[in-house]
Amino acid sequence: MANLAQAIRLALHYAEENLGVTDIFGEDVGAPLGGVFTATQGLKTAWNTPLDERGIIGMALGIAYAGGKPVAEIQFCDYIYNCIDLLKLCGNVTWSSAGEYHVPMVLMTPVGSGIHGSMYHSHSFESIATHIQGWKIVMPSNPKDAYGLLLSAIAEPNPVLFLAPKALMRQKGAELIPGEPADERTLHNLIDAPLGDRSDWQPNWPPVEDYRVPIGEAKIARAGTALTVVTYGRMLPVSVTAAETLAKEGIEVEVIDLRTIYPFDLPTVKASVEKTGRLLVINEDTEVTNFGEHIIRKVMDEAFYSLEVKPELLAGLDVPGVGLAWGYEQNSVPQQDDVLAAMRRLANERA
Amino acid sequence: MTATPWKAPKLDAKLKIAIHDKMVLSRATEEMLIRMMRTGHGYFWIGGPGEEGFNVPLGLLTKKGHGPDYDYLHLHYRSSATILAMGSDPIDMLRQMRSTATDPYSKGRNFVNHFAIKPWNVVPVTPTIETQYATVIGTAHMQRRHGGDGLSYVTGGDAGSAEGDFWTCMNWSTRPDHELPVLILLTQNQFGISTPSSQTQNNRHLNERANGFGIRNACVDGNDPIASFHAIVEAMEYVRHERKPYCLQANVSRLYGHSSSSGANRYDEPDCIAPYEQRLIRENLMTQAEIQAVWDKHNAQLAEDLQKVIAEPMPGKEHVLQHVWHDGPAGN
Repeated sequence: MANLAQAIRLALHYAEENLGVTDIFGEDVGAPLGGVFTATQGLKTAWNTPLDERGIIGMALGIAYAGGKPVAEIQFCDYIYNCIDLLKLCGNVTWSSAGEYHVPMVLMTPVGSGIHGSMYHSHSFESIATHIQGWKIVMPSNPKDAYGLLLSAIAEPNPVLFLAPKALMRQKGAELIPGEPADERTLHNLIDAPLGDRSDWQPNWPPVEDYRVPIGEAKIARAGTALTVVTYGRMLPVSVTAAETLAKEGIEVEVIDLRTIYPFDLPTVKASVEKTGRLLVINEDTEVTNFGEHIIRKVMDEAFYSLEVKPELLAGLDVPGVGLAWGYEQNSVPQQDDVLAAMRRLANERA
Repeated sequence: MTATPWKAPKLDAKLKIAIHDKMVLSRATEEMLIRMMRTGHGYFWIGGPGEEGFNVPLGLLTKKGHGPDYDYLHLHYRSSATILAMGSDPIDMLRQMRSTATDPYSKGRNFVNHFAIKPWNVVPVTPTIETQYATVIGTAHMQRRHGGDGLSYVTGGDAGSAEGDFWTCMNWSTRPDHELPVLILLTQNQFGISTPSSQTQNNRHLNERANGFGIRNACVDGNDPIASFHAIVEAMEYVRHERKPYCLQANVSRLYGHSSSSGANRYDEPDCIAPYEQRLIRENLMTQAEIQAVWDKHNAQLAEDLQKVIAEPMPGKEHVLQHVWHDGPAGN
């Protein structure tokens, strides 16, 4: 099975060949490295830029203005903050120009903790991103969804922020991407660049096929009746693991993989809460003005009388960063035990 | 279909008179916009009166059209004369000033002089004063790949060029083997809002900043439309044919201050129109009466336009959610 980085690479290859992608670029995105997570190795339109995040966003917007289809990358979301006004511009072009221009661009950036990344390789960005109007925001939790979401993002006529959970980049999927070789070793030999000198290396792309995960469509990753967990990205497999543990105790938790953070799939969330009467939102971002608060507010608006207990948010502590020492990350970002405890408590809370 | 190669028009008597006509049209339009602000027909004015001597030749020399064969314009908010010289109807600027629903540039959403004209490659103007330097590299990148003689030009002032995106533009447009056909234009009016540039930068000429990147550059008196015309032709010929960046500074006046925030009162600075009119008279190209007739014609039309615009609908609740998303196929 492809891992998440390979899935991104396969999607970009498919999009270069079939969806009109003209440029894939960012710091270290082109040869020889092909991205710090190898997600852009071997792609024919990938190129390296100056280490200039504002230039990367400006370049993408300009390419979109001129009829191209850019996929830009900011190497880590922690370095995107000096681009906020350009992100705002990308998001307001269509509205401010009354539809004269639109912005078909994709911006990829790795997010979240879990790799001992310290202060500037561990942050989350989705909550801030949802305050920048005019963008659609997606975050996969597995390789097949990464493939399908990225193709949908590239086909989208509006700007899409593709948030990649960096801790899952080497995680393999449970399902094959359509056209992916069944044997992992075969895939590796076809599309992974060799270590060392790779100047003569060319990928041998497998015949991957069109597969889309529609933007705005969540997935029930695990069905249940005792509690609704809404999550995405790195917290999805953590939540599913916790749900499987609770299942052994006779507590069946429903885990929803949001996949699209904005605009999020409220009908799926609402239907689940109406079934379970309980809601726990889980993500890694810091807790103040966390996007999970918005999810809870929408559920309060739409399904208040279905709730049996108060909804909860399990998120990162409101501290300025994720510290390098494990004791910092372990105690400021939700971990497996925290997720399990929160789920167990909420599922068992007396109505 | 390939676009016809760009060729600078001959600066003959007819073109000199046309330049005057557009300069007067631009000034009269800006002064109408200021009157609209003063009389409650608009909230806020910002514009470019005083830059006509440079911006009109720029508009007339623009390779106008849609797509990479033509010039992409990354303008700031003092570019009214360029847009009018290209042939836009000033009534649309009045519409944007009044924030009507008929405003074709923003449907009443943006300040006046914030254009967006896709058929002419005029990308949306923003008040950031710097982001245009970042976006211009993207359209120029596409033009470099496309070939032809289309270029991307970007305008800004001394304040905008103090921002980091100005340096981004110069750095990205001079990457080895990836030089970009960017014309970097600096209209230097000696101020950033209220702050004199003498307090904020030590360059005698802003264009000399381009020396550090090996970018050819020049400075011209932007109050002289003839000198400006020739300087723009030289710059454009270089960028179009060499496919490399060029930085041109134009020293201009700011006749009504920064915006309505500073009162929009007339300042005692050199006016590019009056000496140009004297020149046309000296060269026996126009008489004083003919010059006055040009002013009268445009002022009368603008007054008529204003009455029409005043009667046009304003945006309402039904407009708010329009164009948040683009629902059609992707591709500009």
